[in-house]
Amino acid sequence: MTATTHDHSHDAHPHDAHEAHHQKGFIERWLMSTNHKDIGTLYITMAVIGACVGGVLSVIMRQQLMYPHNDIITSGAAWNAIITAHGLIMIFWFVMPALIGGFGNWFVPMMIGAPDMAFPRLNNMSFWFLAAGFIFVMIGLLLGNGTGAGWTIYPPLDNAQYSPGVATDFSLFSLHLAGVSSLLGAINFIATILNMRAPGMTMHKMPLFCWAILVTAFLLLLAIPVLAGAVTMLIMDRNFGTSFFEPSGGGDPVLFQHLFWFFGHPEVYIMILPAFGIISHVVSTFSRKPIFGYLGMAYAMVVIGFVGFIVWAHHMFVSAISTDSKVYFEVATLVIAVPTGIKIFSWIATMWGGSIEFKTPMLWAIGFIFLFVIGGATGVVLANAGLDQELHNDYFLIAHFHYVLSMGAAFAVFAGFYYWIGKMTGHPYPEFWGKVHFWTFFIGVNLTFFPMHFLGLAGMPRRYPDYADAFAGWNYVSSIGSIISGVSTLVFFYVLYAVFTSKEQLADNYWGEGATTLEWAVPSPAPHHTFEDVPVIR
Amino acid sequence: MKRCITSALGVAGLLALFGHAALAQATATDPTAAANAYVNAPHNWQMWFPTPGSPMQAQIDWLMKFVLWIMTGVVGFVGVLMVYVFIRFRAGRNKVPSTVTHNTLIEVIWIVVPTLLLAVIVIPSINLIYYEADDSNPYLTINVTGHQWYWEYNYAGVQGGLDYTSYMIPDNQIQPGEIRRLSVDHPMVVPAGEKIKFVITSADVLHAFYLPSLGMQRYAIPGTNLTQWTIIPKVGTYYGQCNQICGVNHDAMPIEIKAIPLADYLNWVKYAQTNYSMNTVPRSPLSSPLPVNELADASSN
Repeated sequence: MTATTHDHSHDAHPHDAHEAHHQKGFIERWLMSTNHKDIGTLYITMAVIGACVGGVLSVIMRQQLMYPHNDIITSGAAWNAIITAHGLIMIFWFVMPALIGGFGNWFVPMMIGAPDMAFPRLNNMSFWFLAAGFIFVMIGLLLGNGTGAGWTIYPPLDNAQYSPGVATDFSLFSLHLAGVSSLLGAINFIATILNMRAPGMTMHKMPLFCWAILVTAFLLLLAIPVLAGAVTMLIMDRNFGTSFFEPSGGGDPVLFQHLFWFFGHPEVYIMILPAFGIISHVVSTFSRKPIFGYLGMAYAMVVIGFVGFIVWAHHMFVSAISTDSKVYFEVATLVIAVPTGIKIFSWIATMWGGSIEFKTPMLWAIGFIFLFVIGGATGVVLANAGLDQELHNDYFLIAHFHYVLSMGAAFAVFAGFYYWIGKMTGHPYPEFWGKVHFWTFFIGVNLTFFPMHFLGLAGMPRRYPDYADAFAGWNYVSSIGSIISGVSTLVFFYVLYAVFTSKEQLADNYWGEGATTLEWAVPSPAPHHTFEDVPVIR
Repeated sequence: MKRCITSALGVAGLLALFGHAALAQATATDPTAAANAYVNAPHNWQMWFPTPGSPMQAQIDWLMKFVLWIMTGVVGFVGVLMVYVFIRFRAGRNKVPSTVTHNTLIEVIWIVVPTLLLAVIVIPSINLIYYEADDSNPYLTINVTGHQWYWEYNYAGVQGGLDYTSYMIPDNQIQPGEIRRLSVDHPMVVPAGEKIKFVITSADVLHAFYLPSLGMQRYAIPGTNLTQWTIIPKVGTYYGQCNQICGVNHDAMPIEIKAIPLADYLNWVKYAQTNYSMNTVPRSPLSSPLPVNELADASSN
């Protein structure tokens, strides 16, 4: 955003580098890839598959919950396996690969003027760990009774006594594989961003998406090992007779909750910080204005990342935690509202005085901001330990975190998709269908998740396949919403089809003067090796 | 303070609407019959908390409104600001974008004002935390143990002992006046208007003892005792459910509490000691008296 480029690469290497990779065979190009764009494409493909599986699971759940006493899923084991897989897949195989592995791989090197990631082979390895993890999590869903402990995998429910069978082990190992993948990816991003910026691109000139990915990478680096430790202890409890979390052997299930949420809370920022980065670029581009308060935006993310590590026990307000600790964790949690507010207000200030065009990516970004504010507001409510005693684990919580994730992270994924798909493929998306996709999805998810606030206030617990008849009304509305979102996704697939069958070729910078980052200085689609001459940032 | 809350509860009770006018079967010998006169259960299209059944829930209700009004103001402000920006600064109307990217004053304001708002929330909120934690001087202590998939209630200090289990009534055995998925075979019975302390634990996996209308929730954790307390001023029946995933019948272990006058309660203790004797806790926590499938596959009945 603050950077402009003196573009050497454009004229010197128009399409020959781009053509070169077509000579590689399919296997060599896609299975042994060391190119950040191809690996980014693989990640996005993984995300599409993950979103489809996780989305189908969510529609099945909503169909079951459409009426009380419904008979679509008649076994509690099947239900628990579905809710567990929905959570794990949506987090580790949709949001993370889309935002970090996908857009991160594609655009971080381009935005900082680097030819590729620092460790291309590590990059490839990181993707294939994730792909292997997906096979494991699917085995965990489908084998035997499946894994039924919820995505939070709390013991003792998933120990050997209460969850016999190897399905749970597969799910736990899938977390290890996804974790190793994220860890290697994080190392790669940190090395790339710290060492491979083009001359003149100081940290304080770096685009906000790169800042977002950098902070995210540090969060992954610090949080994933804690998850890996906790999961390893769980696997040992299950298989090797240890008792880290077994009270009868001197262990404590509460220890697992601490370890899990020490990872789990940074994890929610891991999912949302890259989204913040994308939204900043989209808002700036379509307002035709540089981002307002760039340094505040960058350091707000750093602060969110830091504070994100010291608030984990707000997930345990009704678990074993002392009264004074509750006060601390409540106050620390509320503090996060301040840097988050800086981001929201800076986006609005960026639009203020701008010349706003409501193209599809901008609609998704605006949808993101407004719905993220609603999700943030219910987040402030839930941060109150005294209120959480009533709201913990009920549908108010479900509504809250789907507002920030289903409408936060997912809306940012779509904003990024419509913003960059032309740069990735060279073809435009159909504007009309993009808008149809946005409006149907917007209506669908709101109809799905807003009534859940009411269900939660009325006291409906989560993870129930059957509920008291009094909860029928809002559950019905919510299920209708999920059908609308499902149909909306079909519109998205039509958009995808239209992009890949389009004959139209886009110019380098098809968004015009508002788009100022380096990826807009190279052709569309971006050549296989973006910069063969180092760009100089003035 | 207490009188104020109690009268507020009375008014709220009068105004309360209930989808289910559930009146459990009352036999002449049942000392809990008085609790059937008032049923605090969720109703269809409910959009807010249950009618407060305890002073704690009344306080939660108050703080919730307080915080939610502030947050509604914030969301409304951001919404209005965004709509204004979209109209005023759309490309058709504002052709030349401004180049302003900094304004120290506004950046300080949007740090300071949210901080002040949070401070306003934090003060009553911290008070509520300490209020909820004060389980001192109870009239009665009940040890609550979660099992797969039923609750066990052990009345500590009751002469002669009282320890029994509470199972959900399976869908195919629901009688008129009972609420599907909420009614149980042997409810917990407590004296109305007295302070009750619950010591909550689990015999197997995690559960959660969750009573929305009383503002109570704690995990039931094996090897750990957590406490909660309540005072139920109004004679009546109150419902809750297990709220931490605990296996295939997680949705089939509700909680039913009947608050009855103290004299009735003392009679009920004697009644329960004779009549609930068949209902002692099974030796093995996994040997459920009801076939598991009957609960799990309730929908296939």
